[in-house]
Amino acid sequence: MAERIPTIVADDVHVVYRVHGAGTPGTGSPVAGLRRLVTRSRPPTIREVHAIKGVSFTAYRGEAIGLIGTNGSGKSTLLRAVAGLLPVDRGALYAMGQPSLLGVNAALMNDLSGERNVELGCLAMGMSKEQVREQTPKIIEFSGINDRGEFSSLPMRTYSSGMSARLRFSIAAAKRHDVLLIDEALATGDAQFRRRSEERVRELRADAGTVFLVSHTMASIVDTCERSIWLESGVIRADGPTDEVVKQYEDFTKRK
Amino acid sequence: MTDTVVVDPDSHLSQAELAAKHGLTVAGARPGLAAYTRRLWSYRHFISAYANARIVSSFSTTRLGRLWQVLTPVTNAAVYYLIFGVVLNTKADVPNFIAYLCTGLFVFVFSQSAIQGGVQAISGNLGLIRALQFPRACLPIAVTLTQFSNMVASIIVLIGIVLITGEPISVEWLVVVPALLLQSVFNAGVAMIVARLGAKLADLKQLIPFIMRTWMYASGVLYSVVLFERHLPLWAARLLEANPLLVYIELMRHALLEGAPLASPVPVLWALAVGWALLAGVGGFVYFWLGEQEYGRG
Repeated sequence: MAERIPTIVADDVHVVYRVHGAGTPGTGSPVAGLRRLVTRSRPPTIREVHAIKGVSFTAYRGEAIGLIGTNGSGKSTLLRAVAGLLPVDRGALYAMGQPSLLGVNAALMNDLSGERNVELGCLAMGMSKEQVREQTPKIIEFSGINDRGEFSSLPMRTYSSGMSARLRFSIAAAKRHDVLLIDEALATGDAQFRRRSEERVRELRADAGTVFLVSHTMASIVDTCERSIWLESGVIRADGPTDEVVKQYEDFTKRK
Repeated sequence: MTDTVVVDPDSHLSQAELAAKHGLTVAGARPGLAAYTRRLWSYRHFISAYANARIVSSFSTTRLGRLWQVLTPVTNAAVYYLIFGVVLNTKADVPNFIAYLCTGLFVFVFSQSAIQGGVQAISGNLGLIRALQFPRACLPIAVTLTQFSNMVASIIVLIGIVLITGEPISVEWLVVVPALLLQSVFNAGVAMIVARLGAKLADLKQLIPFIMRTWMYASGVLYSVVLFERHLPLWAARLLEANPLLVYIELMRHALLEGAPLASPVPVLWALAVGWALLAGVGGFVYFWLGEQEYGRG
């Protein structure tokens, strides 16, 4: 076996969210605010949520890794940290190149047409103007939003949730990534689009990339990933071949 | 379970050493100032597309669309004409008071809206920031660019007002261009400062309207600048006259209006205008860059 080249190295990573305005009863009144000013105490409305508690793993080139866990276990947070979008509190995350995160709520502009959103999204990913011009028709074609009439010229607020998810996936998949992080993005599409996007994920892997996939659909994890990491309350419970990890995870959720 | 790969030439290395060996970099690390500036430059098309998209989307549900870019300053001018020109009939030491007032107002609104937009440039775009990796300075700069486009529309209206109120066309009008550019640099700098502050301190958004109103009274928008020297102690008047917004307003008045009273001589105004633009522009950029890693946290 050839030497394996790591693309993501996580070394005891901790991520803490500071949430403003998570008020406990009786702290939101003006009097309470005044008292805080006078006594110089820290506002109780800022709460810390320790979302990732010491995660270490190494991802290699050509791997597709499934990330599973119950809701709120820290999967999306971990992906954001890997993408360098959320600062790490302790530990360190090393990455090859710039990992790209493909999330369900990658904010595009709802008042603009799908076409303009494609242009904006591509520019935000760092493409040049020529590349954007060249890629735009391909992206729209791949997303299939024009299958039911000229939707690409309509504002995105008129799209169904499946359609906008498809467009977002198509934009992000248009670029070659060293590391692609997919957060539930394939869940909303219909069966036909899911097949097409899984195809695209395989292509991206063949391009010597690493793919992380967060999903609650075990079937798509089993189909695309040979390795899986099971995250629970910000701690890795298992890391290994997908069939073993998925089995453990399913036993765990059934017991609950 | 955690270590499935036992036979690996790298297995004796620590995670950090492994990363170093293969040339991995810390995810989301802040680039150096020069590298950051270069990255920002390579995102210039994104900045202009984003600024443009914001204009389009802000008018997208209105019937008149982008016509509002022109209609807003026209309506503003009409309201002030009604109050100061018809109801109060202010003359206040100034020939052509309406044009004097509108010039001050439009220049002030340019900075005001850039600053108000800047406060929310980070906090209002967390979704975008948490989804995509790009130099965050794009956002406050795009805000300034959006307002710049509105300002160009205002200038066209302003020139109309100036002509209607009987000012002669002159070569001095060309001075509008450098004055506007200097003010834009100043605005971008301040927008970057308040963007970083506003990302951490949500209370700032509530304070900004009061700060801006105070600033407006200190910039001689609604009355003649001559009043400062007449009613204030000398040091206070001098202090107010160095106020950047007053400087940019004065430059514009000097360019467009004949016989508008100025608080400072013209060369002093230019020196102040360049100084403020450099100070805010460079200072704001460096200050914003220092916080680059933290913006995703919100």
